[in-house]
Amino acid sequence: MSTGSNKAILVLEDGRTFVGQGIGADSDAAGELVFNTSMAGYLEILTDPSYVGQMVVMTYPHIGNYGIHPEQMESERPGAEAFIVRELSVPQGHWRATGSLEELMRACGTPGIHGIDTRALTLHIRQAGPLRAILSRTELDPNPLLERARSLPRMEGRDLVSGVTCREPHDFGAPPGAGRPLLGVYDFGVKRAILQQLAEYFALRVYPSNVPAKEVLADSPVAVFLSNGPGDPAALSTPISNIKSLLGRVPITGICLGHQLAALAIGARTYKMKFGHHGGNHPVQDLTTGSVRIGVHNHSFAVDEKSLPPGVRVSHRSLNDETLEGLACDDPPLWTVQYHPEASPGPHDGYDLFPAMKDWLLNRIG
Amino acid sequence: MPPRTDIHHIFIIGSGPIVIGQGCEFDYSGSQACRALKADGYEVTLVNSNPATIMTDPDVATRTYVEPLTLETVTRILEIERPDVLLPTMGGQTGLNLGADLAREGVLDRLKIEMVGAKRDVIERAEDRSLFKKCVESIGLQVPASGYARSEAEAHAVGETLGYPLIIRPSFTLGGTGGGVAYNREEFHDAVQRGLRESPRHEILIEESLLGWKEFELEVMRDSADNASIICTIENFDPMGIHTGDSITVAPAQTLTDRELQSLRDGSLALIRAVGVETGGSNIQFAINPRNGDLRVIEMNPRVSRSSALASKATGFPIAKIAARLAVGWTLNEIRNEVTGETPACFEPALDYVVVKMPRFNFDKFPGARQTLGLEMRSVGEVMAIGRTFREALGKAVRSLETGTDGLDLPPENIPDGLSEEERRSFLESQLVEATPDRLWWLAEALRQDFSVEECAEASRIDPWFVDQVAQMVMLEKKISLSADSLDEDLLRKAKRSGLSDATIGRLSHRDEKEVRELRRRLNVWPVFKRVDTCAGEFEAITPYFYSSYEEETEVRDVDDRSILILGSGPNRIGQGLEFDHGCVHASLALKKLGVRSIMVNSNPSTVSTDYDVSDHLYFEPITIEDVLPIIEAERPEGVIVQFGGQTALKLAGALAEAGIPILGTPPEVIDLTEDRGRFQVWMESMGLLQPESGAALTVEEAIALAKAIGYPLIVRPSYVLGGRAMRIVYEEDELLAYLQEAWRAGAGRAVLIDRFLEAAIELEADAISDGESTIVVGVMELIEEAGVHSGDSAAALPPHSVSPDIVETVKDLVRTLSRALGIVGLMNMQFAVKDGQVYVLEVNARASRTVPFVSKTVGLLVAQLATRAMMGIPLAESGLTADPEVKHVAVKEAVMPFRRFRDVDTLLGPEMKSTGEVMGVDLDFPTAYVKAQLGAGMALPHSGRAFLSVRNEDKPALVALAEELHRMGFSILATKGTAGAIRAVGLPVERILKVREGGPNIVDRMINGDVQIVINTSLGRSTVRDAYWVRRAAVDLGIPYTTTIAGASALVRGIQRLKERPLVPQYLQAFLKEQARLQGTA
Repeated sequence: MSTGSNKAILVLEDGRTFVGQGIGADSDAAGELVFNTSMAGYLEILTDPSYVGQMVVMTYPHIGNYGIHPEQMESERPGAEAFIVRELSVPQGHWRATGSLEELMRACGTPGIHGIDTRALTLHIRQAGPLRAILSRTELDPNPLLERARSLPRMEGRDLVSGVTCREPHDFGAPPGAGRPLLGVYDFGVKRAILQQLAEYFALRVYPSNVPAKEVLADSPVAVFLSNGPGDPAALSTPISNIKSLLGRVPITGICLGHQLAALAIGARTYKMKFGHHGGNHPVQDLTTGSVRIGVHNHSFAVDEKSLPPGVRVSHRSLNDETLEGLACDDPPLWTVQYHPEASPGPHDGYDLFPAMKDWLLNRIG
Repeated sequence: MPPRTDIHHIFIIGSGPIVIGQGCEFDYSGSQACRALKADGYEVTLVNSNPATIMTDPDVATRTYVEPLTLETVTRILEIERPDVLLPTMGGQTGLNLGADLAREGVLDRLKIEMVGAKRDVIERAEDRSLFKKCVESIGLQVPASGYARSEAEAHAVGETLGYPLIIRPSFTLGGTGGGVAYNREEFHDAVQRGLRESPRHEILIEESLLGWKEFELEVMRDSADNASIICTIENFDPMGIHTGDSITVAPAQTLTDRELQSLRDGSLALIRAVGVETGGSNIQFAINPRNGDLRVIEMNPRVSRSSALASKATGFPIAKIAARLAVGWTLNEIRNEVTGETPACFEPALDYVVVKMPRFNFDKFPGARQTLGLEMRSVGEVMAIGRTFREALGKAVRSLETGTDGLDLPPENIPDGLSEEERRSFLESQLVEATPDRLWWLAEALRQDFSVEECAEASRIDPWFVDQVAQMVMLEKKISLSADSLDEDLLRKAKRSGLSDATIGRLSHRDEKEVRELRRRLNVWPVFKRVDTCAGEFEAITPYFYSSYEEETEVRDVDDRSILILGSGPNRIGQGLEFDHGCVHASLALKKLGVRSIMVNSNPSTVSTDYDVSDHLYFEPITIEDVLPIIEAERPEGVIVQFGGQTALKLAGALAEAGIPILGTPPEVIDLTEDRGRFQVWMESMGLLQPESGAALTVEEAIALAKAIGYPLIVRPSYVLGGRAMRIVYEEDELLAYLQEAWRAGAGRAVLIDRFLEAAIELEADAISDGESTIVVGVMELIEEAGVHSGDSAAALPPHSVSPDIVETVKDLVRTLSRALGIVGLMNMQFAVKDGQVYVLEVNARASRTVPFVSKTVGLLVAQLATRAMMGIPLAESGLTADPEVKHVAVKEAVMPFRRFRDVDTLLGPEMKSTGEVMGVDLDFPTAYVKAQLGAGMALPHSGRAFLSVRNEDKPALVALAEELHRMGFSILATKGTAGAIRAVGLPVERILKVREGGPNIVDRMINGDVQIVINTSLGRSTVRDAYWVRRAAVDLGIPYTTTIAGASALVRGIQRLKERPLVPQYLQAFLKEQARLQGTA
């Protein structure tokens, strides 16, 4: 609220505009619009590298209520290009807070808009599908902004990973030891919560996204984990060919983008969803046990079930729209999930997937 | 898994009468459960003593026992019915306790009935605090440090180990009855005594104080395949220490990080599994220390609850319906989310709005009661409001309360003058520290007077985020005051988005409400309507459940078909409860049957009318002109029905008519005429009707002169009130003067009516429907207390049990005459007094009355539906109604009083209504129906023991006959001096007992010692009231059957007689109705 009457405008590629007030950095932003239906966890969402290239609309109207808690950030800085909220709160003293969302957005150069009808915007995205848009705090005339929005590159075919992967291989968590095998992690923009969850069961070595497979294999990990990340998986030809080289040589696991890349590596196809799944309340059924857990989702692409090669089975499915949410294969050994068992933010129902994955991996390697 | 095929017949226990702590939310849950299970093909038998409910409508369950919810009666019903399973989780704490008792007593085992939803061991683990503590600790969480006591000595031992302040909670009570906080030894001593007495197990828990911690509730669902989800998180605006039913609550939680929320979620899921709730919903409460994040589990309800009703309405997820279906084996993923129509019910609703619930208090009914809020629930109802911001929702909730406030400003007279700066600050601070029903308004006042957010949060322990929200509202008030002459679009929009009402904006900018509305219209600051869709817009919603907001885009479309709007009755309060919702629901059902789209507007989350599947369109909105007009503009209905929504709806009739909106049925000017007592009096005189002498007064002088002319005793009543608000019987001039001021306040400055009070008359009440041509009197009831006791507080019998058929015919003729003369279309209710063979007209109400559901159930007619059809222009004959119904059975309605909750007030009945709810007993004769009603109301009539009699002189002749009968039945008689003399004079043995003021041991001492089983104490005159007070108070506190009228005493004695003759036999309502239909030749 501290920016007062400072106007901001959001212009969608189909011409729809929303006028509100600017929040965060005094800059403009561009990207594809997605909405997230989580009611809390704005900090985790804002700092999730998977949102690179996207401007995130929070459907819950009050955002920023409890301030900033650095330990809850999923990366060093916001991944989302902009934050679009109904109302930014001035936090009032959660005992653990170190600052406000507005301060963080300013410090990191992330702009945003508030005071707009985010529900109208959400329904619009639901109906129109993925829309490119410009958020401006400097130019308030919609016409030039519309031109800019229409000239933005589309998500499809863009490699957004190279901007968020780590620069050098590095270790995470405790070193390998008894009962603590080494897991290689390809970082496509990995969330800190994934590393933390994996580190409960494995010693981790994290690799930049384009490191050749043989470099990873040289470290003799028991398995390779493919992380989450932003954008279109089909555009990531180097990672896909690396994964192809790994298939059959080590068991492969992965989450979200990593799941999509694995699918592409075994010959399946991915597709862009109409508006994706972004939230913490979707039912995911484990097709092995039949049990349903509330899953955390953040994906705009999905694996086309019809394209799965023989021998690959669906391990998890969304009950909302039947989207494929996990796939498994015995040969080559592969088990990946589309949803986010690490949560952060959202329900912890998926946590038990990590020990299950460990058991599965250990069984594969005898 | 498909639902279970090994069961066919399901038994459901309802929650009984509305009492504080257990309100109409269980009608919502029970009716959902019955309907869902019947729709799944099961045979459903229901027991519930509450006639005002939708669930006891004869078409809801397969068989409906309107019988007392006692172990004995329900056991008999189970023996007759032999259901396969018992579902105890739909009837509140009453249903759950009864279910547990039936299991504990071996009834269920003996009859091979399985408990579903929550089994006995589950109930015990959730309800027994030591078992619960074990469960909580087994999942790595903590409950507050505590210890149990079953005696005072044990209590003191526990208290010493914990240190003050201490919380005292009796085991197994509802709404925290008997709970309290003790800051010192003396308070502790009192609280322990009371707690031990209130607990049915004579057990209390003494625990560490978490006063000032943040309080949260989670609503959890689990199915038989162990799928579980959280339906809603609720955060209390008020901190720990105030009963959650008396707290302002907010959904979803606002001030917790995702990690904190998830830890509550993890804890809730672990706990529902540890306690072992296999299917259904549970509610779990947590406290968090705002200074360090420490977490405690406070309690768990393994059943649907007040909060789950709220959560259902807040999210659009029908918890009760789904819990019922899970109990018979469905799993969450097999049940469709009806809101989206596509996705399964196995998900967690996502909200894109804020929901605020506010409690509705009725302390005005109980002068003398301390208004401090604490662990024991005191509110009688609640409102819910939905907005796109907390402030918008809070503003709407405040407008919905109908406590005479439409904003956060206090009446100026509440703020003391002449205080120094320091005194003013310390006064305001004290108002923040002590929680009362007005604290929100004091918070706003403190912020207005430059208290900082931090200071207010520190004093009140309300989270600073909430305080800041209120501060933003106060800031806007100031801005409006400063730019009163130049209100622009931007400021108005901000104000409306922050929940400021037109009336508030008007007060601040020197305009009236209408001018503000016109200004907004010119500036296009007008609300739009958004949908409650369970999924924050992610999927298309097919249920038309709307709320307003000052946003850009509306979601109301396709309104071209015929539609009618029904105004609901708002929050429950004494005098306007569930009975009115019953009418609104039936109005909606009748419209749907006629193919007319029904639009419901209501603000009460506990009701059936706010179920999204009752009406074609549902608007969860305050029932004020500001909020209703935009709905009418959006929906363009043919007309509005105001007859069913009590005063809440009627109040709007004038303004709606002024705005050119057709009111269906009886014209507003007729309603106005009947509600304005002064004008109506004149009209009645012109009709030549016999009434008690009376007149209207606008000044004190007029009143005194009138009183002298009529002669005392008198009834003083204000115009336009329900439930006899501020109505009194006065015996002398001093009393008259004292009451006049209050009456004028309650009646908003309109005339005060002064009537002669017909002492010892019999009161009759009639309900009728008219189509404008013919009028059918659907029921004539005889009140069991004499005239002078409010009809809502009096037991009543249908048909009358003591007046002659001629009198009944006279009454019916009077109803028809007045109906025709007034031009009634729809419902009408009249009250009469019969004295010395003369019938006096006391009151005419051109609207639905409180008795409509009771009459409907007794005579087997859907009275409100028939009235709605009449209002839609369908002649009664076309609806099959050609003659007044005759009943062959007898139904008795008994009122249920909240006096246990208000420890400092008198329990004497009078013309101001005090009861919160009612029960019904039905059988083939009056005494049996009466006994059933008494049992239903919680008065277990004794077979033997001691009767205490103390009556005023006029009652002595009648009393002697009763004393003889009591003696004949083996009762010993205790009486005060005068009464004892009268009894002794006819040769009956009697023991004289001292009055309280006469020293000790007196009657109250004997009552406390358990020596007294019945109390008959009539003292209408003021001179005896103080003395009788202690006796009545003790009777209430000790649960001894008592009556304060001779007519009531007579019914009581007849009831005991009946009870001793032969056992009661339960019978289901449909059997009575079928027999009646057969006799009338209509079946």
